[in-house]
Amino acid sequence: MSEAPAFVTAARLGLASCPDCALVQRLGADGRGRCPRCHAFVTLRKPNSLPRTWAFLLAATVLYPIANLLPIMRSGNLFNAQDDTILSGIAYLWVSGSWPLALVVFVASVLVPLLKIIALSWLALSVQRHARRHRRQRTHLYRLVELVGRWSMLDIFVVTLLSALVQLNSLAEVSAGPGALAFAGVVVFTMLASHSFDPRLIWDGAGRDD
Amino acid sequence: MKALVACPHCDLLQYEVLLAPRATAHCARCGTPLYRRAPCGPERTLAYTLAAAVCFVLANAFPLVALEVSGQRNSTTLLGAIVDLAGQGMELVAALVFATIWLAPLLQLAGLAYLLRARLRVRHARAEIQVLRLLAAIRPWSMVEVFVLGVLVALAKLMHMAQVLPGVALWSLAALMVLLAAALNAFDEHDFWELAAGDEVPQVAGDQAVVQ
Repeated sequence: MSEAPAFVTAARLGLASCPDCALVQRLGADGRGRCPRCHAFVTLRKPNSLPRTWAFLLAATVLYPIANLLPIMRSGNLFNAQDDTILSGIAYLWVSGSWPLALVVFVASVLVPLLKIIALSWLALSVQRHARRHRRQRTHLYRLVELVGRWSMLDIFVVTLLSALVQLNSLAEVSAGPGALAFAGVVVFTMLASHSFDPRLIWDGAGRDD
Repeated sequence: MKALVACPHCDLLQYEVLLAPRATAHCARCGTPLYRRAPCGPERTLAYTLAAAVCFVLANAFPLVALEVSGQRNSTTLLGAIVDLAGQGMELVAALVFATIWLAPLLQLAGLAYLLRARLRVRHARAEIQVLRLLAAIRPWSMVEVFVLGVLVALAKLMHMAQVLPGVALWSLAALMVLLAAALNAFDEHDFWELAAGDEVPQVAGDQAVVQ
């Protein structure tokens, strides 16, 4: 050990906390263990955290433009048919005067998934480059990403409801479009990506001055 | 003996401190909430849970919203909307909606009721540990509040083309959203783990105190 650290981490003492019940315990020589209190598998860090995070991020990144380009909702009546993407749905809300809701949907469906992908990529990259700065801010960012991710499901629920309600034979019919599947994929994959990322990696290697 | 806690977000090792009710302990280095004392006891948490369960039943028994256009009326229930979605060839999306607004909240309510029943008798078995683990795992996937906002957006879109009639299930769902959040917030996970089987028995310290 080169110098006495200002902060002692569990890992430095060969300890780890149980992912389920948080009991701090000594790990075996192979860095694994079984929690004596709740029998969960305990490892020093989430296994394969970065490769898993990247895999889920890649899947979400591929699906994101597809989810925005393909129609999420199809509506029509006797005389015309119309395909709605996420953005045109927001535009409709805006034009029809519900601009606060348009803003909410824009943030939940367009902004949050995109910012989530960018934020998690930045976090994973900064860990790989052993970045020393802004550790506290990066941890805050991770907590924020975990908190807001679920709100992206908003548009899926809107389409579910509209397609069930608007079944008025010849007058009007609404059904879900292929964009909904891609969009659901984006939401699930970004949630899995943030779940796979281990924020303790941000702090590994932090010394006295960090 | 003072218990140790390692921050889940930065791994800093710290001693646990005793907390007042409603208080939360934060990590000294990164500020992540470590653990908290629940605002109330298991009795009140159980009351929230049972009230939420009643709302869950109501939310399923009545129509969610009805739509009226030039004499035609169409209404849908929570599960009816999901079945319709599956019928349009969107089985995967329907499964996701089912899991996040029906199955996950139901499992949360059932799990809370099960754990609280056990907590009131102060006895912990392996099965209860599995249920607590399940509750932690499904928490991010329970999305009643997102769905309620989704209903509002859908209603705003329909308002211009038809008369929209909110149903009993919509109000029940809104009440379920509040009560489920209250029950989960009132449930003291930290306290539960400390009573869980296999940990050091607190009586040891008490015995010593008597001897001295």
